Amino acid sequence: MSPALTCRKLVTIICEAELETLLLPELARQGAHGYTLTEARGQGARGVRDGAWRASSNIRIEVLCGVGVAERLVEMLQTRFYADYGVVVFVVDVEVLRPGKF
Amino acid sequence: MSFEPVVLFFMLGLLAGVLRSDLKIPGVVYEALSIFLLLAIGLKGGVELARHDVLDLAGPALVVVGVAVLIPLACFSVLRGLAGFPRADAASIAAHYGSVSVVTFAVASSFLASRAVAADGYMTVFLALLELPALLVGVFLARRGQGQVGWRTLLHEVLAGKSIVLLAGGLLIGWLAGPDGIHPLDRVFFDLFKGMLAFFLMEMGLVAAGRLADLRRAGPFLVAFAVGAPVCAGLLGIVTAGLLGFSVGNAVLLATLYASASYIAAPAAMRIAVPEANPALSIGASLGVTFPFNLIAGIPLYYWLAFRLHGVLV
Repeated sequence: MSPALTCRKLVTIICEAELETLLLPELARQGAHGYTLTEARGQGARGVRDGAWRASSNIRIEVLCGVGVAERLVEMLQTRFYADYGVVVFVVDVEVLRPGKF
Repeated sequence: MSFEPVVLFFMLGLLAGVLRSDLKIPGVVYEALSIFLLLAIGLKGGVELARHDVLDLAGPALVVVGVAVLIPLACFSVLRGLAGFPRADAASIAAHYGSVSVVTFAVASSFLASRAVAADGYMTVFLALLELPALLVGVFLARRGQGQVGWRTLLHEVLAGKSIVLLAGGLLIGWLAGPDGIHPLDRVFFDLFKGMLAFFLMEMGLVAAGRLADLRRAGPFLVAFAVGAPVCAGLLGIVTAGLLGFSVGNAVLLATLYASASYIAAPAAMRIAVPEANPALSIGASLGVTFPFNLIAGIPLYYWLAFRLHGVLV
């Protein structure tokens, strides 16, 4: 392993597109330095999300961050959004260059 | 019965969806078409508005909006009181039915135009005004007795949402530029309008076909509601238009506005403001039943009723 690589968490959130306006300000509030957002399609407990129009569109938000921020993000999603919205979140270990950015 | 050709495009989309055809209109095309339609409808209304004194509209606008507020209240009482829907679901569905569908309005306008029945372009102002109030009523009904309303987020979502920005923006541009100023743009915004509407309706047919499965879960009461509510609201529109002394064409448009249910602004607003409401119920009813009903049977019915009642009311 290259000595320049450092461990961080990759938090991936897949949720309904309508959540974007509520969720993005929360990311910054919990300490995330940035995010990557992509349109997504798929199928799950709430049926097929085919992206044909906004009400059936999903988004995928990826955040690279430290352990503390990752834990806060997961907790925030659980308490604020899990009950009423279609949300999936998972966290994996990744290795990054320039750890100060995340 | 002769259908508007654009309605046949809707049926084609619906059929393709039911047959599980691989026909698919990409989401970005849907977005682009809806931006075009909203802007074109706004511009058209604005150009017509330039021929009138805007202040004359203030009185009728107050009455039109005031009466429209009754629609979500009535829908809520029926759904909650009669059918025992949970408060959040009843309020969210009521908000959808109180708010308006821009495309249904566009189809009604083209229905009138193809029968050479005159209607005033300033009806578009009412279209823009009627989107918001029912959504506020819906949120109020859902939250009565409990605090916790993100009014600021909701107002921002609706007022800065694309439908209000483009409709109101188009109205303003059309009004400021006037018919002569807009004339060089006629080809893009007015000549292409019906073709774009046909495309959009085909896409809506596909989307509506996808909501049909939701209806099985919703049950027969909601399906009956999704047909009964627009007919009652349409009748209320014709009576209100009669009392305001509107022309028959305007009465048909007001009836269509009252009868139509929102499926763009309302789902987005309700998802944020009343998240515990099940969107499959409200969208399934408004898009799966009421939207096709209005296109196929509702608009011709309001047209027929408006002519029947016109002599009696005015």
